[in-house]
Amino acid sequence: MELTGAEIFVECLEAEGVDTLFGYPGGAVLFLYDALYQATDRINHILVRHEQGAVHAAEGYAKATNKPGVVLVTSGPGATNAVTGIADAYMDSVPLVVFTGQVPRAMIGNDAFQEVDIVGITRPCVKHNFLVTDIDDLAVTIKKAFYLARSGRPGPVLVDIPKDITQIRTEFSYPETVSIRSYNPTVKGNKRQIRRAIDLILAAEKPMLYTGGGVVLGDAAEELTQLTRDLGFPITNTLMGLGGYPATDEQFVGMLGMHGTYEANTAMHESDLVIAIGARFDDRVTGNIDKFCPHAKFIHVDIDPSSISKNVHVDVPIVGDVKWVLKALLEELRSRDGVTGATTRAQIAPWWQQINEWRKMDCLKYDQDDDTIRAQYVVDKFWEITGGDAYVCSDVGQHQMWAAQYYKFDKPLRWINSGGLGTMGFGLPAAMGVQIAHPEATVGCITGDGSIQMCIQELATCTQYQLPIKVINLNNGYLGMVRQWQEFFYQKRYAMSYMDALPDFVKLAESYGHIGMRIEKPGDVEGALKEAMALQNRLVFMDFITKQEGNVYPMIPAGAGQNEMILV
Amino acid sequence: MGNLSSETAKRHVISILIENESGALSRVSGLFSARGYNIESLTVAPTEDGSLSRLTLVTRGNDEIIEQIIKQLHKLIEVVKLMDLAEYAHIEREMMLVKVDVQKKGACESVKRLADIFRARIIDVSDKTYTLEATGHREKVSALLNALSELPVIEVVRSGSMGIARGSSSLRL
Ligand SMILES: Cc1cc2nc3c(=O)[nH]c(=O)nc-3n(C[C@H](O)[C@H](O)[C@H](O)COP(=O)(O)OP(=O)(O)OC[C@H]3O[C@@H](n4cnc5c(N)ncnc54)[C@H](O)[C@@H]3O)c2cc1C
Ligand SMILES: Cc1ncc(C[n+]2csc(CCOP(=O)(O)OP(=O)(O)O)c2C)c(N)n1
Repeated sequence: MELTGAEIFVECLEAEGVDTLFGYPGGAVLFLYDALYQATDRINHILVRHEQGAVHAAEGYAKATNKPGVVLVTSGPGATNAVTGIADAYMDSVPLVVFTGQVPRAMIGNDAFQEVDIVGITRPCVKHNFLVTDIDDLAVTIKKAFYLARSGRPGPVLVDIPKDITQIRTEFSYPETVSIRSYNPTVKGNKRQIRRAIDLILAAEKPMLYTGGGVVLGDAAEELTQLTRDLGFPITNTLMGLGGYPATDEQFVGMLGMHGTYEANTAMHESDLVIAIGARFDDRVTGNIDKFCPHAKFIHVDIDPSSISKNVHVDVPIVGDVKWVLKALLEELRSRDGVTGATTRAQIAPWWQQINEWRKMDCLKYDQDDDTIRAQYVVDKFWEITGGDAYVCSDVGQHQMWAAQYYKFDKPLRWINSGGLGTMGFGLPAAMGVQIAHPEATVGCITGDGSIQMCIQELATCTQYQLPIKVINLNNGYLGMVRQWQEFFYQKRYAMSYMDALPDFVKLAESYGHIGMRIEKPGDVEGALKEAMALQNRLVFMDFITKQEGNVYPMIPAGAGQNEMILV
Repeated sequence: MGNLSSETAKRHVISILIENESGALSRVSGLFSARGYNIESLTVAPTEDGSLSRLTLVTRGNDEIIEQIIKQLHKLIEVVKLMDLAEYAHIEREMMLVKVDVQKKGACESVKRLADIFRARIIDVSDKTYTLEATGHREKVSALLNALSELPVIEVVRSGSMGIARGSSSLRL
C-alpha cells in the first residue's frame, strides 16, 4: 500500500502500541498533524502549552508505566524547547521517542526558516538520534527508535523528520523485528560472577543492599523484595530507587545520600559488603568518593557496563538485566546447602543490633507547632490520607527531598521525579503524563513556589483534558534549596533566593478553571487535603504557606564523607 | 577501599570499526570532548566494506580512564567493534609530509642525507623547497622532523598514527 510519510508515521505509532502522544504543532509538522487529525480515534494527542511540558509529560507517562513516552514537536524553537526534557530523560534513563520536524531536505544547511541542527544539539543527551533522509528508511527508523529507547539501559531517542518526507509517498510495510549489529545489550549475567557474589554475601558480616532506579526501570521490585527478605539483609534505596522495595518494611533503612537517613548512611560507611543493584554511585550518594565505604567490597549489578567501576572500584561486576540477575542470585542462594533465611539472619545479627541503635537517632523527626506549617507535616498527612497509594510527582528542591523522605513508597513506579538533571518545572507536566496513563489514580504534584512557576502554563493543559491532579505547593517564599545552601555555606547571604512578587496562586488556579486553596494553619492541613481528595474530578491547587527558613535534614555537605552528616 | 586509584597515564592506540554514516565521527569526537578525555590523534577512512569506516584514535589515560573510554565507545550505537592495540603486540605507523626551505648553502645535501638515513622520499622539488615523505613509527617521524629543524621548515603535515596487531590477531567483523 502506498502511504505518505505522515501516514506511515501514524501507522508506525500504532504498530508500536502507542496510545498517547504529547506535542505541539508548527510548520514543519503540519502533514504529521494532518495525518493525526484523521487518526484521532486511534491515537490520543495531548496538546501541551510548551514543548518542555510535552517531554516531561511523556517522561511522567513513561516513569509510571515503563512504556516509552512519545513526543512530537516542530522544527527550530519547538525542537530546542524540548531539549531540557530530553536531557532530563537521558540522565534518568527514561525511555522516550521524540519526533521533531525538520525543514525540507533541499533546505537543510541553508539557515532556512526555523532550521536547527537538532540532531547535533541533542547528540550528547540522547541514547541515539536519527535524521531521516529517505522516506524508505522512515518505518525502519521508527522501529529502531522504539527498540533502542526501551531495551538495555533505556533512554531518549530522537527522530528528526524533514517536512518533504512527510508529504511524499512510498510503499509501506512495518518491519516485524529489527536488529542493530552493533547493539546487543547483555541480559544474562555471568554465572561465575553470580557464584562469587553469593560467596561474598554468605561471608559478609555487615552487608548493605544499595538499590536504585534500575530496579524500577527493570521491573524487578518483586525479585528484589524476594531476595532481600530471603537474606534478611538491610536495604537502602537511592532517590530514583524508592518504591523498588517497600518503604514501610522493617528491613528498609531509608534513602541514602546527601539527604538520606542517618542509619542508611552510617551503615553504608561501616559496611563490609555493598551489594549495588541498578544504582550508579552518583555523587549525591557517595559524597566525597575518597571517604566512601572505606571498609567495603562491592558487588555491582548493572545493564550498562559503563556504570560499573566508573566511580568506585568493583570487586564483583555483574553486567546484566536486573530482573534476570536477581532471579539467578536467588536460585544460586537457594542451591547452597544449609543456607536459609535463618542462617543468613543469624550471620548478621550483631549488625542489625547496631543499625537499630542508629535508628534510635530518629533523624527524620520534626516538631509541628500550632503556628506555622511544616512541609514535612504536609507530606506526612498526604501519605496518611492517600494510604500510601498515590502517584507522587515532584519538582526540584527542598520539597522534593521532603517528599522522598516522608512519603513512604511501597510500590515501584509511584515516585516520579527528576533526579539526575534536577529540572525545576518537571513536576506538573510529569503529573499530567501520569494522570493520563492512570486516569483513575490519585496523582499528587508536590512542588515549590519557585519550581511551579517554571511550567505553570500547563495548568491550561490540565483544564483542557480535565486532569484532576492534586497540586501541593509547599510555599516557603524562597528558592528554599538554594537558600539552605546559602544559610549553611555562604553565611546567610541570600543572593537571589527570595521569590518576590509571588502570584496569588488561588486566583491563578481559578483563572485556569481549577480550584485553589490557601492553607496557613497547621490545624487546617488535614482538612484541606481531605477536601481536595473529595473533589475527585477537579484539579485542586493547594497553596500551603509553610515555614520560611525550614531546612532539609540530615544533610551531608558537599565534599564530606557519609559519616559527616549535619543532623539538625 | 572504594575509590579509584590514579596511576600514571599510558598511551593507547584504539582501532574502531564504525558505521559509515554521517554524524558517526562527531559522536566519537563529541564523546571525548564531553567527558574530558584526551585525543592525541584521530584518523578515519572508509574500509573495503562500504558500510564501515575504520578509525584510529590515540589517547592517554590510566587504566580506569581507558576502561571507561572503551566502555563509552562501545555504548555508542554506531560503534560496531573496537580493539585496544595496547593489549596486543602491534605495529604503529604514521606518515609525514614536510616542506623545507633549501635556499641556504648546503641545505639540499643535508636534506638528501637525512632522507637517506630516515628512509624518507623526496616527492617534490622546486628552486626554493624540497618536500619529503616519511613513514614510520611516530617516534621515528618525530626524530626526522627534529633533525630537519636546523633548516627553515615551511610546513608539516602528519597523518596521526595508524595501527595493526601483529600475527593472527585482527579487527574485523
Ligand atoms: C536536589 C537533589 C538532591 C538529591 N539528593 C539525593 C540523595 O540524597 N540521595 C540520592 O540517592 N539521590 C539524590 N539525588 C538524585 C541523584 O542526583 C541521582 O539522580 C540518583 O542518586 C541516581 O540514582 P540511581 O543511582 O538509582 O541511578 P539511576 O539514574 O536511576 O540509574 C539507573 C541505573 O540502573 C541501570 N539500569 C537501568 N535499567 C536496568 C536494568 N534493566 N537492569 C540493570 N540495570 C539497569 C542503569 O544503567 C543505571 O546505571 C538528588 C537529586 C536532586 C535534584
Ligand atoms: C531549571 C533549574 N534552574 C535552577 C535550578 C537550581 N535550583 C535547585 S533547587 C532550586 C530552588 C527550588 O525552589 P522551590 O521550587 O521554591 O522549592 P524549595 O526548595 O523552596 O522547596 C533551584 C533554583 C534547578 N534545579 N533547575
